[in-house]
Amino acid sequence: MNGVQQPLLTLSKLTKIYGSLLANDSINLEVFPGSIHAVLGENGAGKSTLMKLAYGSIQPDAGQILWKDKKIDYWNTAVARDLGIGMVFQHFSLFETLSVVENIALTIQGPKKDLIDRIRMIGADYQLEIDPTAMVNSLSIGQRQRVEIIRCLMQDLKLLILDEPTSVLPPQHVQALFDALRKLQKDGVAILYISHKLEEIRELCDVATILRDGKVTGKVDPNKTSAQELATLMIGRTIPKIERRKSDNKSKNPTLNITNLNIKNPDPFGADLKDLSISVFGGEIVGIAGVSGNGQQELGRIISGEDIKGDLEPSAIEMFDQSVTRKGVIERRDLGFAFVPEERLGRGAVPSMTLSQNSLLTAFKKGMLKNGFIQGDVVTKFTNKCIKEFSVKASGNGATANSLSGGNLQKFLVGRELLLEPKLLFLSQPTWGVDVGSANEIRQKLISLRDNGVGILIISEELEELFEITDRMYVLRSGRMSNSMNTSEVTPDAIGEYMIGEEREGANNAIAV
Amino acid sequence: MLLQFERRDTPSKSLIFATPFIAITITILLSSIMLLIQGKSLQTTFFSFFIEPFESTYALSEVFLKFGPLLFIAQALAIGFRAKVWNIGAEGQMIMGAILASSIPVYFIDSESVFLLPTMIFLGAIGGMFWAGIAAFLKTRYNANEILVTLMLSSIALQILYYLLLGPWKDPMGFNFPQTVMFQDAALFPPIIFGFRLNYSLIIPIIFTIFVWIYMEKRFGGFQLTVGGLAPRAATYAGYSANGAVWKSLLIAGMAAGIAGMSEVAGPIGQLQRSVTSGYGYSAIIVAYLGALHPIGIVFAAFFLSVIHIGGDYALVTADLPISSVHIFQGLLLVTYLSSYTLVNYRFKPRKAKVKEVESNLT
Repeated sequence: MNGVQQPLLTLSKLTKIYGSLLANDSINLEVFPGSIHAVLGENGAGKSTLMKLAYGSIQPDAGQILWKDKKIDYWNTAVARDLGIGMVFQHFSLFETLSVVENIALTIQGPKKDLIDRIRMIGADYQLEIDPTAMVNSLSIGQRQRVEIIRCLMQDLKLLILDEPTSVLPPQHVQALFDALRKLQKDGVAILYISHKLEEIRELCDVATILRDGKVTGKVDPNKTSAQELATLMIGRTIPKIERRKSDNKSKNPTLNITNLNIKNPDPFGADLKDLSISVFGGEIVGIAGVSGNGQQELGRIISGEDIKGDLEPSAIEMFDQSVTRKGVIERRDLGFAFVPEERLGRGAVPSMTLSQNSLLTAFKKGMLKNGFIQGDVVTKFTNKCIKEFSVKASGNGATANSLSGGNLQKFLVGRELLLEPKLLFLSQPTWGVDVGSANEIRQKLISLRDNGVGILIISEELEELFEITDRMYVLRSGRMSNSMNTSEVTPDAIGEYMIGEEREGANNAIAV
Repeated sequence: MLLQFERRDTPSKSLIFATPFIAITITILLSSIMLLIQGKSLQTTFFSFFIEPFESTYALSEVFLKFGPLLFIAQALAIGFRAKVWNIGAEGQMIMGAILASSIPVYFIDSESVFLLPTMIFLGAIGGMFWAGIAAFLKTRYNANEILVTLMLSSIALQILYYLLLGPWKDPMGFNFPQTVMFQDAALFPPIIFGFRLNYSLIIPIIFTIFVWIYMEKRFGGFQLTVGGLAPRAATYAGYSANGAVWKSLLIAGMAAGIAGMSEVAGPIGQLQRSVTSGYGYSAIIVAYLGALHPIGIVFAAFFLSVIHIGGDYALVTADLPISSVHIFQGLLLVTYLSSYTLVNYRFKPRKAKVKEVESNLT
């Protein structure tokens, strides 16, 4: 690339304020044609805000946006799209009950037949093959992402913005995505690539702008910068490596045992659970890998007792050698079970209530009640302890749950459940939307809990996380559970195979027919 | 230039307290304009609205007579509103309470038993709870919207009332008026001061207020109920019954409205007739919100609304206001309160106009 090239998009001193939060603080960024530009930062660093500003879906409080050095007075998504900017959001915007081509026809004009041809052509060009007539609900996450990218390519694309595109992909699909992006780069398309995964950025991108707390902390060539340096720019300090040793005091009997669980999902697009069996012993961390939407939510609700199915065999779900199949949440908790759900606001915590009130939510059996009267001092003490021991950043026990950042609220919720001294702890997506520092603290706590003999079950989309802390792993795909695998004996690729197994089976069948 | 709503991050606490006063001030200002246009004296009008209700023992006793049922129903409704259970059919629950309670004096005309009044209180509660329970059942079983169900049940209750008053329960000596016999003394609450209509039923709402305050502020049950309303999935997660919140809110409201209805027929009215509710079931919704859904706030709101109700009656006479002006005044109060309350939580933000010629500028 030559130095005199004209930038395609220039963000100049962009500032966005949300209430008291300075989400973006006078950020400068230049994107050149044919460049894959990484925007790197932790959760909450302001990456998504910046991208939404660039795409015009929100308006800056100060600063300018320039397209090919020309100032654009009023920038919105319609203008951005007309200029040739496409964006693939983290959460896809597709209608599940429509086919691929119908979804695309919603934004791209033209007769359906032409659209189908163009989808096929683009698919062949970029190796993003997809059946244009397939219904979206039948597509895997990876395929849906392809649809989103193809939709962007159907217009005269100059700049493509991708928000954490690999966070939902199994490892095998990541390379295919990268190949497509490199091809786009060759064609002169600029790409803004948002991620917090350092290795990916080092492999793919030629420039990286690093954000921290809404400010740019560096602009580097990721190929010439070590992952360690990138991490330091991103977090502002070095992260201690998680210390762990092999689990050594595994219990004799399982703390959780699920046998041949079969559940038909009333939601036609939800996953049925099929013949599913898992066990968790005390003193080990067991992970369930897999892409969300394969039965994770359903399984989570069954284990927690939020969903009780009367028609199951009593032996289907056992905790501590007792059948809990027909027992409610509180009865299960009484046995020593605790749970941190994936949705923090609205499920794990009541958003508008204070931290103290949210302690009371599940910890009410910790001496907080006397004849049904709430013991305010006990609640306060518990809450303060939780805030202190789990270094939750909050204005105090009177802060409302929705005033905390994702990471801090998660620390609070994990802390609350740990203070209940469970013997079996179940966490769903424990570090979703949690910053790197907090995620590390949480993982470290989980390992020390395991060393004290607690059985821990984790459902997670983040393979790296599972490899970092689990002792055994299962993969959940289309409601079926794989066999148990020892984490030390498998590779991420092998787990990935299980995650995409069905597509492969489908392909094999097609050949066989 | 268009305006858009934007939620405030942290609504000011003091502003929430100030809201009722701001609303009252704005109402007085706006209605002053209306009065001036009508050529009425501001002084006389506001004197009759705010001073006359306190001028005589009789006026004050009438204020408290209104205060009782408003307080009672509003406290009960607020429990549900805090749990996001929108019961707007207290009117119908009141009617059913009044009907069921009236069955005793209607069928036992000659009884002078001391158990008469307690039985009527009990039946009043049952009547209201039964009516509210239908809404709770439909909501928990079929997820039927409780706003519609409670409102429609009110219409049904009214028709049942009309049927009874025009048919089986009509006073045979009542010159064909749609009303029951006058109740015997044993079926009436004794007056607090002889000769006035104010009676001892006032004690029930006051005791109830204390219970509600304790329940909502100190009891785990009240906490669970609020959680169930604010975040149903959090309630399920913690193992509280989300349906329990619906049942509890509606049954408590039904009980309160039912007893309030009973207190009307066993109090100032002394018989079952068509205008048994005096609109308390709807006014109580205003009271609950005016009191910011807080047990203490509701006490003040109920008192304030009773004052302007009685004041409105005086304004009709003293200031020679038409009845519609009184209604406008009361309506203004609610509208200004609700809009001030909204502005405490939200703010206006100008939206920039769309520029279409961006593309052409570029080329």
